[in-house]
Amino acid sequence: MFVRLVYESFRRQKRRKLLAGAAITLGVTVATAMIAVATDIGDKINRELRTIGANLVVTPQEDSLDVEIGGVNLKPPTDGAFLSEADLPKIKGIFWHNNITGFAPMLPVNVEVEHEGKRLDVTLLGTYFAKPVSYGKEEFSAGVRSTHPWWKVSGAWPEDSSRNVLLGERLAARLGGKARDEITVVGNPLKVSGILSTGGAEDDQIVAPLFLAQEILGRPGAVRRVYVSALTKPEDAFARRDPKSLSGPIYDRWYCSPYPQSIAFQLAEAIPHSHAEQIRQVSQNEGAVLTRIEGLIFLITLAALFASALAVSAAMATTIFERRAEVGLMKALGAGKVAVASIFFAEATLLALLGGLAGFAVGGALAHEIGHSIFNSDISIPPVLLPVILAIAVIVTFAGSAMAIRRAVALDPVFALRGEL
Amino acid sequence: MSALGPNASISHSERDLAASRANAPHTSMFLRMLVRAAILRRGRAASALFAMVVAAAVATAMLNLYVDVQAKLRREFRNYGANIIVVGKGGASMPPDALANVDSALAGRGIAAPFGLVVGRTTDGQPIVVAGTDFDRVKQLDKWWSVSNWPSTSKQALIGVRALPEVAPKSQSFELSFQGRTLHVTPAGTVQTGAAEDSRIYISLADFMAWTGVQPSTIEIAASGSPEEVAGIMNQVAHAIPASDVRPVRQIMEGEARVLGKTRATLLAAAALIILTAALCVLSTLIGWVFDRRRDFAIMKALGASGRLLNGFFAAEAAVLGATGALIGFLVGIGIAAWIGRVNFHAPVMPRLSVLPVVLAGSMAVTLLSAILPMAMLRRVQPAVILRGE
Repeated sequence: MFVRLVYESFRRQKRRKLLAGAAITLGVTVATAMIAVATDIGDKINRELRTIGANLVVTPQEDSLDVEIGGVNLKPPTDGAFLSEADLPKIKGIFWHNNITGFAPMLPVNVEVEHEGKRLDVTLLGTYFAKPVSYGKEEFSAGVRSTHPWWKVSGAWPEDSSRNVLLGERLAARLGGKARDEITVVGNPLKVSGILSTGGAEDDQIVAPLFLAQEILGRPGAVRRVYVSALTKPEDAFARRDPKSLSGPIYDRWYCSPYPQSIAFQLAEAIPHSHAEQIRQVSQNEGAVLTRIEGLIFLITLAALFASALAVSAAMATTIFERRAEVGLMKALGAGKVAVASIFFAEATLLALLGGLAGFAVGGALAHEIGHSIFNSDISIPPVLLPVILAIAVIVTFAGSAMAIRRAVALDPVFALRGEL
Repeated sequence: MSALGPNASISHSERDLAASRANAPHTSMFLRMLVRAAILRRGRAASALFAMVVAAAVATAMLNLYVDVQAKLRREFRNYGANIIVVGKGGASMPPDALANVDSALAGRGIAAPFGLVVGRTTDGQPIVVAGTDFDRVKQLDKWWSVSNWPSTSKQALIGVRALPEVAPKSQSFELSFQGRTLHVTPAGTVQTGAAEDSRIYISLADFMAWTGVQPSTIEIAASGSPEEVAGIMNQVAHAIPASDVRPVRQIMEGEARVLGKTRATLLAAAALIILTAALCVLSTLIGWVFDRRRDFAIMKALGASGRLLNGFFAAEAAVLGATGALIGFLVGIGIAAWIGRVNFHAPVMPRLSVLPVVLAGSMAVTLLSAILPMAMLRRVQPAVILRGE
């Protein structure tokens, strides 16, 4: 009988059920989309912040002091220690390798450049542009095109295996060079594939494939420093602790958190004779920006949950209020308060589950759409979220109906049937 | 009490009052109906008003945040330090009044710090970059510098962490030489940044110029404001110091623009969703409320009220509800926005009065819509049918 009552109620009051269901679906849609966006926004903004540049730098452990002003290195070129290029793929072998979004080795060499009779002493910077590197089974592309996205080239980017170079825009103006010109660097004829504009010291330099710089310096496999872009978690007091002072599970927790410090520590472990450090300008500030944006979206998600809860309860209250006469009839026929209330709650649960399922699907599509239109990447909803969302939908529907149901069952059947409140 | 509407409240003892009211102007009856309708159905009216207030508050808070979030995030981005760099043309030094010119071009819209750089030598002849700067300005400009102790008096130096073991392993005072002139400095503390600063020695600009006779060659500027304002400041600086190159720090500017754009877009999407939900919530509550009063409607019609009067009555009711809800909601919403600002950005979000007309118009539109929809349905029905409860 109970099941039949509920079933008939759904069958005969399609319009009303549809309205309430639509309200629940909408509420759950908004809630799902916002939760999905809120859980993913940190990662998305973190990737956007990588535009600002690498946040970690790896240098040789026994390096002598840098004597560098405005990008011009005044240290004798062979002075100091080098890292080995062969060790670089190991960067992708560290514990947090999935958080490494890119790396670029750098080898500055002081050279003399000649073009159409003009001679200048400049820095030639050897690096990767977008070099395919493999570690184990993993293939990825390393180089400045991912770590230094603000570098703009008019012309073409050189191939990493070619003898083509980029000319900084201020240097190009001084030399009178342009794309597709030939320049001579310490006796080697090189082809300019494009003019580079960075707004920084590289505008006065020649940027070449790493092997060319090594060849000119006469040190195959040498790298002066490596810039690493990594997705990190904002540092806190725990992150700043010295790993040597930690032990056991605390050390493991420190090691397995993607703090800039722990990723730097793992990089230094992975590359022999190296020292890795966070670039504080980048890593310190991105924590602050990230915390602010995440906090903002979190608070807004709360507001969205509140608004959708309110919408659901308003809709439920209205539908139940409209069915006073029905309650009066049931009570006049001898139904107790519990019986009447349980019918309403059963209907509410059923509505919440149906609306919740539909809302979860629509909300997922909406989050996907938001991810694509705003961040050009996917925002996916973990299926684990489904039971949570359904539970929230049922609870909110219950809470929203409770007041109205209580008022409905407290009604005197006589008044209810006469249509008087 | 029966649900016969405001007229039912007139009792025998009020007959004289009713007689005097019969001669009163038409508008007073209209107002009385409005007020009594709200008072007699307190519960339903209150819940409709509550829904309206919540919707208006959420809309106000979201719009306020949306307008203000850019300014708030820009401030966070200024912690990245300079977004403009001024260097002497061809690496030359700048004129002595350069910093004063930059300050007047900035006019409080940011902070600038001068840097002079030379390659000095330690006592054992090792080359090292020595920089002269204004420590008070650097403290504000480069907040990410991790400094153990800032120099406070003349002849004190800030030593980069990598330079420290080379020049002063025991933190003793040491000598630096530049073109035959020597300078005796005491380490005050160390600086760590993870970049070029770690290999340098920083001294005060006064000491630097007295020792080397070199003017600062670089001024770093953290200019606040929108990209257009920053471009304006760059122009002014370039005009003020003709012998200089003014360059934007592109990675900072681009990163800022991207993150800000994406955050605002996300916020806009969220605001649209939330406001839509809140508006639908108001709509469903109000439609229920108006539909519930179909007996009032029928009685008025049966007593001879014209269609226009009825429309006017329900529209006026909706407008009053919408306006009241919007005003209360506006105040609450400003409170919510200010609270979010305080909690999240540690600075209150300024109330924007420009949001008020938008919220007011939106609220009235939603309430009017929710009055018109049921009215349109009821108009076709005969009053007798409604009064019989069918």
